[in-house]
Amino acid sequence: MDIRTTTAQLYLDNVTVSFDGFRALNALSLTVESGEMRAIIGPNGAGKTTMMDVITGKTRPDEGDVVFEGQYDLTARDETEIATLGIGRKFQKPTVFDMHSVEDNLLLALKADRRAFAGLQWRESEAQMRRIDELLGIVRLRGARERLAGSLSHGQKQWLEIGMLLAQEPKLLLVDEPVAGMTDAETHQTAELLKEINRYKTVIVVEHDMTFVRELGVKVTCLHEGAVIAEGTIDQVSENERVIEVYLGR
Amino acid sequence: MNGLLIRSLDRGATAFLAIVVAAAMIVPALNLLLPETSPLHVPTYIVSLFGKYVCYALLALSIDLIWGYCGILSLGHGAFFALGGYAMGMYLMRQIGTRGVYAHPVLPDFMVFLNWKELPFFWYGFDHFAYAALMIVLVPGVLAFVFGWFAFRSRVTGVYLSIITQAMTFALMLGFFRNNFGFGGNNGLTDFKDILGFNVQADTTRAALFAASCLFLALGFLVCRALVSSKFGKVLVAIRDAEARTRFLGYRAESYKLFVFTLSACMAGVAGALYVPQVGIINPSEFAPANSIEAVIWVAVGGRGTLTGAVLGAILVNYAKTTFTTGALAPYWLFVLGGLFIAVTLFLPRGIVGTLSHWWRERRARGETAGEIGGEPAPRPAE
Amino acid sequence: MRTTRDLLIALLFIGACAMAALTAGSVPARAQGFDAALDKFAADSFSDTEVGIAAVAASGHAMAARVIEALQNARLQVDPATRKIYIRTGETAVLDAATGSAAPAPAELKTVRINNRLRRAIEAALGGLTLLSPDPAKRFEAAQAVFKSRDAAALATLDAAIAKETDGRIRRALTEARAAVLLYKPDAAEADKLAAVAAVKARGDQEALALLSGLPVDAPARVAQAAKDAVGSIQSELAMWATVQNAWYGLSLGSVLLLAAIGLAITFGVMGVINMAHGEMVMIGAYVTFVVQDAIRAHHPGLFDYSLLIAIPLAFLVSGFIGILIERGIIRFLYGRPLETLLATWGLSLILQQAVRTIFGPTNREVGNPSWMSGAFELGQITVTYNRLWIVVFTLAVFVALLALLRFTRMGLEMRAVTQNRAMAASMGIRTSRVDALTFGLGSGIAGIAGVALSQIDNVSPNLGQSYIIDSFLVVVFGGVGNLWGTLVGAFTLGIANKFLEPFAGAVLGKIAILVLIILFIQKRPRGLFALKGRAVEA
Repeated sequence: MDIRTTTAQLYLDNVTVSFDGFRALNALSLTVESGEMRAIIGPNGAGKTTMMDVITGKTRPDEGDVVFEGQYDLTARDETEIATLGIGRKFQKPTVFDMHSVEDNLLLALKADRRAFAGLQWRESEAQMRRIDELLGIVRLRGARERLAGSLSHGQKQWLEIGMLLAQEPKLLLVDEPVAGMTDAETHQTAELLKEINRYKTVIVVEHDMTFVRELGVKVTCLHEGAVIAEGTIDQVSENERVIEVYLGR
Repeated sequence: MNGLLIRSLDRGATAFLAIVVAAAMIVPALNLLLPETSPLHVPTYIVSLFGKYVCYALLALSIDLIWGYCGILSLGHGAFFALGGYAMGMYLMRQIGTRGVYAHPVLPDFMVFLNWKELPFFWYGFDHFAYAALMIVLVPGVLAFVFGWFAFRSRVTGVYLSIITQAMTFALMLGFFRNNFGFGGNNGLTDFKDILGFNVQADTTRAALFAASCLFLALGFLVCRALVSSKFGKVLVAIRDAEARTRFLGYRAESYKLFVFTLSACMAGVAGALYVPQVGIINPSEFAPANSIEAVIWVAVGGRGTLTGAVLGAILVNYAKTTFTTGALAPYWLFVLGGLFIAVTLFLPRGIVGTLSHWWRERRARGETAGEIGGEPAPRPAE
Repeated sequence: MRTTRDLLIALLFIGACAMAALTAGSVPARAQGFDAALDKFAADSFSDTEVGIAAVAASGHAMAARVIEALQNARLQVDPATRKIYIRTGETAVLDAATGSAAPAPAELKTVRINNRLRRAIEAALGGLTLLSPDPAKRFEAAQAVFKSRDAAALATLDAAIAKETDGRIRRALTEARAAVLLYKPDAAEADKLAAVAAVKARGDQEALALLSGLPVDAPARVAQAAKDAVGSIQSELAMWATVQNAWYGLSLGSVLLLAAIGLAITFGVMGVINMAHGEMVMIGAYVTFVVQDAIRAHHPGLFDYSLLIAIPLAFLVSGFIGILIERGIIRFLYGRPLETLLATWGLSLILQQAVRTIFGPTNREVGNPSWMSGAFELGQITVTYNRLWIVVFTLAVFVALLALLRFTRMGLEMRAVTQNRAMAASMGIRTSRVDALTFGLGSGIAGIAGVALSQIDNVSPNLGQSYIIDSFLVVVFGGVGNLWGTLVGAFTLGIANKFLEPFAGAVLGKIAILVLIILFIQKRPRGLFALKGRAVEA
């Protein structure tokens, strides 16, 4: 395995994934610098979610390199190891633990010893409770602290999941369609929240909502058929002929 | 650890423990101290019958721990139960000594009958109770560990896992039916005489076995409660509801599953070991896949993920089984049991205890919301 | 009547041939030898009787075969007073053994006793004597008997028989018998023995092997070497046939597994529904066969050969209908809850079993084979029974029909659409709930057909289904869910693996080994041999 020294936070080179002959990712290369926020756009089936799967270890690429912080080969690690390295993920469909309270959801996500025996000896600590309270404030769920996560509204679940992502204190956040199903106002708030988060962390956002992407005001990468077809500011990308043809439409 | 104990003992759990411990003391007392003519006297056969139910309850508890809290539906838990039972049976066989039909000082009757000249190596040490006790936990534990290590590491889940656990107990059953396996083949192990020097048939021994079963049930319950009310338990539930999500949070789901599966198998082994001296026999039919599935329905009836429900379900269903199969209604028992499987899954998916506590929680929640309407609900547009 | 006439003719032949073959001795001398031989029976001592048998057989006398047969059937009797030998033919009637003519029965007759050793000697002697029987079957049998007994006394008769034999098969058997005799005859010429080794080698079965490897140690070096080589070549040939046999048994078992599992491949594999009552659908199919045969026996015995043809569509309809009821009544409320489905259908299986037990009783019911499914034929060194052969053919036919149904019909198209994307199919106007019910009915109906086939080789009892359910699930899981070809490959792989393990491990341990191997295999490839990949899997 050839791991080139790179200063990038995340480095994908020539990554190919095929399912039964269908190439979900086709020699995809992508570099995300530390502290950057990157928006990924592209039509359905462009390989956005598969790319997330490869980065988080859910799918192993057929070929290509995926390197985190210039030293960790992600293709050789599973989901758990990658999460422990400091890569957090929010799913397209909000996935929270329905049968746990909002508080417990955050507690489970809090950065701590993940080993089984640590879970047996665990006791609530003042610091953890304070942190949970803080997070509840950020994602505006203080009033729902004791409620079962399953009883939250769709938007609340999205926020809870972002809260869980923050609780993990990852170095890199992968956020898949965070504003799907949100009102305009909620969308705006989410953009603000992500910008706030980006002050300390590297963020990759996959989103369809062009207003939202524009609001983020960051570098945009457009994927199509598993490869990058354009990269640059939102204005550059949206004027690109290929992007207009395959994605934005005329 | 103190905090753990306190956290695990909520009101329901404490009440449950009190009942079990009280039964452990009162039932033997009513059996041994009162004269048979007394209306409160409990006959010995009832003590043994309920002792058997208590063992089933411990088995149900072990199934609830993995199914109710971690989503692992094992259709082979009867195998761990039976292995614990066989370990106890081997100890009891070695205690027979020269009182067997062939009066061989070392070999159990069936080995003499099969013309075996010496004791197979895996029977060594079973004349010591401490060694047998170790094996009762160790053998099911090791099997579960090895099985689980393979299964969970390669992420065999859901129905697939259920099917291969069923295949596991089926394979063991075929093996134990063979004479040359060295466990008495078809007939299994029986004709026990003594346990720890006491006659297994004696009223006092039976009462003591009942009390021991209750105490082990209480202990098992305590261990399960401690486990599920810790952060470990929260992770288990998280794995049950969204395993992939738990992995992305950095939890090694397979380690959690392996730990709880192995622990559960050890509990089942203890249940089997307590069962054997009370029923006086262990044979390969205990490995039958049908037995394992039947145990699952006890948990479903009582309510999975409740622990107390598992115990209640095991006792209720088995009491019904005894009532049915000893009377004129015997041919209809399978209709009842089959109907129970269907009715519970269709109409009572939470089980008895689950439904009651759900109803109770709903009522309380409604009471609360009537008082104060949620502090800070959904994120609202900030102007 | 027939046999007596045959016997007479045989005796005539023996007489004639013996005269031609033997150069020494005149007729009176032979008669004298026969009388002397008969006298050996008079003492009724086992060792004397044995000498007597050999002497009678060697005498070539017309009565020789009858005397020895009588001895075999405990009808040879001796008058202790006169030491004369008689053959008892009826309550009071006897024949004089020396002449063959009816004689007045003496007052006290004693039966000549025989033991197992003598019985073998008798068989050998009779073998020699019936070599010339006009009945080809008898000649063949006799040749086989001589092959086993290697009785040197039969050599002359063998030569005579070979000379006039016209049936190729019997001639070969006779030649092999002669070779066997020569091999064990110490004074036979080396060249003869070498030719004999070649003849026995050509036979190439277990008995040839036993014969060659049991040669006396003092055999000439070249003969011993030739025998050794022949043993080697027979062994490798036998091993080849054993492989063929195992493969056939495996194929047969595989087709049974496939039959049982193929309905499951639809309900579990395609729909994702865990139907633990699948085995009971098979059982119901078997009971439908029983009912059909029962009705035919009672009303139209002549139709018995068509009973299976009638049972197949009926079993499909009955099981399929029950399947639809189950889907509508239970399973449709449990979609997306596979573990609950598993428990509910298990409960259902208990009810169905008990219902059948209540109606038909707990014991095995008699289901017969139609004439075209009875019997067997030989293929090289293996025996192929017709019922197994038909089941393999039938299974493949069902498989192909099912593939065609899924591939070419409207229902198949809708079925595939619903399984691949339920929501999309629904929005295209496919009535998904109807498709679900029909798919489940199809899977159950095929299970019913499997029951018709299994009734031919297994006991029809309420537990019939249970014995197949675990195996069927393993086949589907092993082959890969959602892929009928996977089920086919899975079933035959497991069937053949099972049969190849059996000779080493025994039936039970072989089965355990298979279970363990599958458990390990599932760890390695949790989604089976032919796994679907990609996003569709996650749903």
